Amino acid sequence: SILLILSQCSVNSSVFTQEIMKWNGWGYSDSRFLFNKKGQAEFTGKRYRLSGMILPSLKDWFEGTFGASLQHKSPATVSAIYIYFFNAVQPPTLNEAFVEDLKSVGIPFSHDAEDRVFRAHGHCLHEIFALREGKVGRVPDLVVWPNCHNDVVKIVELACKHSVCLIPYGGGTSVSSALECPPEETRSIVSLDTSQMNRILWIDEKNLTAHVEAGIIGQDLERLLNENGYCTGHEPDSMEFSSLGGWVATRASGMKKNIYGNIEDLVVHIKMVTPRGVIEKSCLGPRMSTGPDIHHFIMGSEGTLGVVTEVTMKIRPMPEYQKYGSVVFPNFEQGVACLREVARQRCAPASIRLMDNEQFQFGHALKPQVSSIFTSFLDGLKKFYITKFKGFDPHHLCVATLLFEGNREKVLQHEKQVYDIAAKFGGLAAGEDNGQRGYMLTFVIAYLRDLGMDYYVIGESFETSVPWDRVLDICRNVKERIIRECKERGVQFPPLSTCRVTQTYDAGACVYFYFAFNYRGLSDPVHVYERVEHAAREEILANGGSLSHHHGVGKLRKEWMRETLSNVGMGMLKSVKDYVDPNNIFGNRNLL
Amino acid sequence: MAAKPPYSHRDPMLKKRDDFEDILEERRNSSDLRYALKCYTPVVYKGVTPNAASLLKTTVLQSDQLHYVVDQLSKETGVAADVIQEEASAILEEMAHRQQLSTVRFFAFTLSKAFKALFRSIHVNEEGIQRLQQAIQEHPVVLLPSHRSYMDFLLMSYILYTYDLVLPVIAAGMDFMGMKFVGEMLRMSGAFFIRRSFGGDKLYWTVFSEYVKTMLRNGMAPVEFFLEGTRSRTSKSLTPKLGLLNIVMDPFFKGEVFDVSLVPVSISYERILEETLYARELLGVPKPKESTSGLFKARKVLSEDYGSIHVYFGQPVSVRSLAQGKVNRCHFNLMPRHIPRRPSDETQCFVNDSAYSLVRAQEENMVLKPWVLLASLLLQNQSQGLLLDELTEQAVWLRGLSREYGAFLNWPDHMAPSEVVSSSLSLHRDLVKISGGRVQLALGGQGPRQPCSSPITEEELMNQAVVVLSCTSYRNQALHVFLRPALLASAIHIATSAKKEEVYNSFSFLRNMLSNEFILCPGATLQDFEEACYLLGKTGALQMSQQEMQVTDSGQKTVNFLTAMLDPFLQGYQVVCRYLCEEATEALTEKQFIPAIRTFIVRLILAGSLRYYELLSSDLQKNALAALLRLGAIRKIKVADNVTLKVNRLMVNSLEDTLGGKLPTQKAVAARL
Repeated sequence: SILLILSQCSVNSSVFTQEIMKWNGWGYSDSRFLFNKKGQAEFTGKRYRLSGMILPSLKDWFEGTFGASLQHKSPATVSAIYIYFFNAVQPPTLNEAFVEDLKSVGIPFSHDAEDRVFRAHGHCLHEIFALREGKVGRVPDLVVWPNCHNDVVKIVELACKHSVCLIPYGGGTSVSSALECPPEETRSIVSLDTSQMNRILWIDEKNLTAHVEAGIIGQDLERLLNENGYCTGHEPDSMEFSSLGGWVATRASGMKKNIYGNIEDLVVHIKMVTPRGVIEKSCLGPRMSTGPDIHHFIMGSEGTLGVVTEVTMKIRPMPEYQKYGSVVFPNFEQGVACLREVARQRCAPASIRLMDNEQFQFGHALKPQVSSIFTSFLDGLKKFYITKFKGFDPHHLCVATLLFEGNREKVLQHEKQVYDIAAKFGGLAAGEDNGQRGYMLTFVIAYLRDLGMDYYVIGESFETSVPWDRVLDICRNVKERIIRECKERGVQFPPLSTCRVTQTYDAGACVYFYFAFNYRGLSDPVHVYERVEHAAREEILANGGSLSHHHGVGKLRKEWMRETLSNVGMGMLKSVKDYVDPNNIFGNRNLL
Repeated sequence: MAAKPPYSHRDPMLKKRDDFEDILEERRNSSDLRYALKCYTPVVYKGVTPNAASLLKTTVLQSDQLHYVVDQLSKETGVAADVIQEEASAILEEMAHRQQLSTVRFFAFTLSKAFKALFRSIHVNEEGIQRLQQAIQEHPVVLLPSHRSYMDFLLMSYILYTYDLVLPVIAAGMDFMGMKFVGEMLRMSGAFFIRRSFGGDKLYWTVFSEYVKTMLRNGMAPVEFFLEGTRSRTSKSLTPKLGLLNIVMDPFFKGEVFDVSLVPVSISYERILEETLYARELLGVPKPKESTSGLFKARKVLSEDYGSIHVYFGQPVSVRSLAQGKVNRCHFNLMPRHIPRRPSDETQCFVNDSAYSLVRAQEENMVLKPWVLLASLLLQNQSQGLLLDELTEQAVWLRGLSREYGAFLNWPDHMAPSEVVSSSLSLHRDLVKISGGRVQLALGGQGPRQPCSSPITEEELMNQAVVVLSCTSYRNQALHVFLRPALLASAIHIATSAKKEEVYNSFSFLRNMLSNEFILCPGATLQDFEEACYLLGKTGALQMSQQEMQVTDSGQKTVNFLTAMLDPFLQGYQVVCRYLCEEATEALTEKQFIPAIRTFIVRLILAGSLRYYELLSSDLQKNALAALLRLGAIRKIKVADNVTLKVNRLMVNSLEDTLGGKLPTQKAVAARL
């Protein structure tokens, strides 16, 4: 490696992670989708259940849906080597005094181009697209790796002293342009990488809490707790790569929030280093009436106020039993009605998600090659039963995937309750396999975008939360708006415009939209993409949806904050920022 | 047509319009019976769910909207909720359509026979039909035809049936229900009936609006209604009513549908069936109550020639693009959507602007026959009439001018102008007479006479007025073409100087004064002024410098024609003012106003001091009253059961003088304060 200084650290897991990750795409370098010589899709590597499998129907779906062709390739034009050795990256603007002081306190840092570029972006489409074309904008001038809370305190003090701009970096999975360096920033920008602060400091089995450093990555946290028989149950789709600190800073939401809660329900205590000093509460009481909860200034602050260093969070004993499930509905309307009823009766399983028909078809295209004639025969039978015997229209039916967790007896009871409700809305149980595959897809779907980008297809997902009575309207209108906007902006083929309801609440639901299109013939596809996404967001807001359910605001959705919060609301947030960080040391310019 | 773009100097002559196809031609060549029994399989809206139509009433009665209002009323009045629900159910029964194909086929057959007897042709723009067919599949559609005749909605359904399009569901006035048999027939052909006024009745309003919205949301069938609210007796477009337009836009505002397509339809009759009926009505013979026997008496009309009809289906207007940047739909985020509430000012303003631009879209595609030009010319030369050659020559000149102004003129260019003129005159032979090569309005009596100089009886006067008013109804068809330039010409005429600013003030004054009379969108004064300047400048009638506007010598003819076109209206408003100043007593009630002013005008005409018979039109008198009320020159005061009119004499007087050009515009404005 080309790291300049590497003191103290025996295992530098950040360096490790960085090297096994793609620099211009999602996830691990060894895991990717490709079309092999026979034109069949396969997923490489060994990490996932789908790894090493052939997906026979993906090609037809891909070509049919997007009007794409395997003949028309658009591979990344630039290799990493070009970036690093041919000076595509601007030389760092270093604040010499700051660097000197860092050296003297012994905190590792680097101004190597690779390290800086890696931390200059999240995973928005425009960010990845630019990287694939070798375009690099403003990147941090320096990366520092604090090892513990006290290191962070020192770094923040030095930053204030020497006036450098700090941008906290956790797992780098942002999809809100939150990690983009503001181009107008004139100070030296320092990326504060929390990856070395990745220890569980203590576990309290009496109170079922754990005190954890905020740089820990989701899957590591879960694995380490599992070793002790516990879990947090917090499983955002990005949990392989995102960090605890990042969850807190963006108000993250996990797939199994119905049992474990979202991040705001899980957190008991937060320690954050700000330019004004350290903010934390004085005790671990489970609830307090001490004025507005200061945690709510921290959660969702998106790195604008300080660095979250340590978090005490709730843990649970690992579930005794897990069971997947799925239900097929004749149409999306019935599916939504069922989810609403499940929410009304407050009997939602750990996770319940409803895919629309397009997504159902997409999921189908990702079915691996069947191993025996018997399974394919069974599949045929199932299909026959649903479409011919039950009269479901294959172009309207949709699927809900379910995950139950808990003690075995209760799970089975719970399962029956949910299936009974589903039956009232015409839902048919469609097996554990379909359910499990649905959740597995969550983790590999992000890899698929990279495949699309090799063949002129770009896409993205975005989310919102909306009251129950608006769910159907918002789904229909946003999908339609996307199709309409693509057409008006000269996209040659109808886009993929699909949605799913991913979370249920008492008063509403979280809805996820996916959209992707074939950009052949467009001179500036990213611009077209951004205009369509912008229009889609306007449509969401006009239909009573929120600006974001859990992705956050970053810089991508800033323009709508004022109308979202009202002038006074904005003023409140601004005044907190002005007090905590008057010199804008945490200058990523997110949110406000 | 998208939202009407802010006025640009786009030449109205370049407006592209579709070609027409005569749908009666095929009817004359093939069996009507086979046509009535043809296989009818229209394409439907993509979101439509099968058997939605049968669920319509239940959906309305079970809607959250209705439940909410029923509960509220029950709490307010103490009447049990199920009693009110029953009431709602009865309202719905009274209202709902019961469209059935057999009735539609019956109409298809009988109307084919009737249309062939009455009309030479029914022309339809097929491209418009194709656009409509496309629109029906994509979004819920609202059809907005102009309203000049009872015929309109039967004709619309007939055309849609002919082209295999989904038959519309039509909002009709309750007065049709009086005709028992016909009412039911209409109901079965797709009409639903609404009471003429139900101002405060919350329950009625809720049932009604839910009924319409449910049809729209589910896209069962195009909803059809008349923006003008009622048939225009004068052939001028009427100020649009906003209630139903509000209702059909609401599902879009609330996100219940992605978009709604509004399709303006312009129906132009070469000769209106109700021609003299309207004239009599305007002169104070009360409107005959619609009765079945009355309709059968109307059978004699079947032997007459009513020329041709042109039906132009305009560009579908997307409510979504109209509302872009004008209505913030987020306003509907903070309350459950089923709770009724008043539309915000922003929304009301938007609906109002849209209504005006839709009516203008109707006007734009109205087909004008040569007779319309002839009627305009003859009305301006009532006393002397015109020699046939003169008339032809002037008509050719006016043809040019109207085309320059963007009129949709249906002048058969392959025929000699003299032929065109004589065939037009023969179709309207009831209204004109030709003697000694001189063409004149058929005002009764023998030979040319001078109406203002010869003493006549009141009965004679009324008979003559019927002819004049029938004639004005044709002239009025062309008014929208000339309106803005005519306002400018009159403004130049009454302005104290040629200064642009003065002229603009006068223009603005006249426009404001006459905005109950014509379709003049509130707030678009400058736009209209610029449009008028452009049109007058383009034809060389006006020369403009930075500060001054001057009528050119060659433009004198145009300007005279335009001024003369507006003159009866200006005279009329002045007479109304004069009456209010000189004759009206303190105790004048609203109800007495029309008879009283009519007597006053008859007196003036008989005395020879007023020459325009068309001032006898109650439409003009009502509009003048409405304008004065709007301007605050008159106030309504409620005394017991009567509404009396309190006149601000000073202001009315100064308005009269300003209209007559005796007082500069500023003074009139000042007098208001």
